Amino acid sequence: MGTPSLAGKGFRRRNLLDKVMTGLIYLAVVLAVIPLILIVGDVVAQGGAEMSLTFLTHLPTPVGVSGGGIGNAIEGSAILVGLATLIAVPIGVGAGVYFSEWPESKLSFVSSFMNDVLAEFPSITLGIFVYIIVVLATRTFSAVSGGIALAIIMVPIVARTTEESLKIVPTSLREASLALGIPRWKTVLRIVISTGRSGLVTGILLAIARATGETAPLLLTAFGSNYYFGGNLWSPIAALPLLIYTYGISPFQDWHSAAWGAALVLVGFMLLLNLSLKLLIGRKFAGVRAEI
Amino acid sequence: MESGPQGYSTKFETIGLKAGFGGHMVLDGIDLRIPQNRITAVMGPSGCGKTTFIRCLNRLHELTPGATVEGVALLDGENIYDKNADPVAIRRRIGMVFQKPNPFPTMSIYHNVVAGLSLNGVRDKKILDHAAEHSLRGAYLWDEVKDKLANSGASLSGGQQQRLCIARALAVEPEVLLMDEPCSALDPTATAKIEELVTNLKKDYTIIIVTHNMQQASRVADYTAFFYLGKLIEFDETARLFENPKEELTERYITGKFG
Repeated sequence: MGTPSLAGKGFRRRNLLDKVMTGLIYLAVVLAVIPLILIVGDVVAQGGAEMSLTFLTHLPTPVGVSGGGIGNAIEGSAILVGLATLIAVPIGVGAGVYFSEWPESKLSFVSSFMNDVLAEFPSITLGIFVYIIVVLATRTFSAVSGGIALAIIMVPIVARTTEESLKIVPTSLREASLALGIPRWKTVLRIVISTGRSGLVTGILLAIARATGETAPLLLTAFGSNYYFGGNLWSPIAALPLLIYTYGISPFQDWHSAAWGAALVLVGFMLLLNLSLKLLIGRKFAGVRAEI
Repeated sequence: MESGPQGYSTKFETIGLKAGFGGHMVLDGIDLRIPQNRITAVMGPSGCGKTTFIRCLNRLHELTPGATVEGVALLDGENIYDKNADPVAIRRRIGMVFQKPNPFPTMSIYHNVVAGLSLNGVRDKKILDHAAEHSLRGAYLWDEVKDKLANSGASLSGGQQQRLCIARALAVEPEVLLMDEPCSALDPTATAKIEELVTNLKKDYTIIIVTHNMQQASRVADYTAFFYLGKLIEFDETARLFENPKEELTERYITGKFG
């Protein structure tokens, strides 16, 4: 036998198997990332040509008229997501605090379960729901109804991340505060939330990213518009995903190009948001290490 | 069983104090009188209920899900378990120092010390400044931190953090100080400092200190209570309890036959 005595029985076989498995895992990673790279690459290649200040700040022009842009859709998305954030953050954070700090209550258990169900709901059904209770009731498509629809998508995300980030705040800090004669509600507000705040911000940013890309709930609520926001929240409003949808299925070449440009803006915004999230979470974990 | 030596005024008295979690009984009827302006050590092996006992004295125990409490605990003759007693008001009169230092990680040293005041609505900067310096001096920490009050409380060493937590408890001017094994996470030097500090605090406070360390009890405590399996076995002046225990169980514990 030429093998050294330290090489045990079956060593070569195990070694080979190890290499094959490692190779398979690398392959899986590459397969998982390929769609992302293809999409981002395609969007940059096709939409990059559209990018200009005019494109970002001007209204769409009629088919065949050159120039024009998606300024109204960017503005509309900002207003819709802003409205949704205003509605969803207080509700979501409040619910998350309740799930985390009063887990023993039955209401907390039941609503926490329902929150999970809501998070999995198909977003088009939320759109129909808001269409029935807001659009039909007010007899108009509107920014408000779009904001509400997006808020319903954001609430479960904000609530869940709030709960998770408050649950990791050590019990000893709550007790330290209570033992000082600080009431429970103030302990939650000033000690617990303040300690878990970076997790809260993470959750809110995640929810904003999700809401910004939603199309289905807006089809039946915000409806889209070819003009800038006129100051009336009870009128239809433009949004980036709606514009991409409408332009993407149109028969016109220059609308297709505009849709690519809008997609690039949307994807760029997502990447930026995710990147800042990564930085924030990195800082958060550094902070936790320092505390221990 | 002795209910306690004579010749002191009682600050805290428990009568038939029982506590547990769910169906599991941890404290089985404790009758104990804690003397005012003295240090009382609560000593016993792990699981004897000593921590649960002091957590009953500031009504912290009941906040654990499933926790139960029965019986009476009289603070200056008033039952803190009376249905009209406000736990928040009680906790302002009874400070607590925990096993592991737990400064608020998002707050500076200064804000940690005055947290009990500022979060309860004290806004006056002069009052807060005075309380911060007074409490930090009281906790023997002032000289070490006076130039870096704006730094994070988490930046201090373990022993300093524990003294910061003592200062934080002192700042609300409590009458009683509960200490739950305050040195168990500290090295011998830091422990010595805390013990010296505790000895000096007794002129202003009634101190109840939980320890599983007999040497610590004999070094700092005027009185010692020995707990075993949720019962108070013996309570006496520390010297007498260690030199001349009345109960066989106490003697066996002190001589290291179990524990």
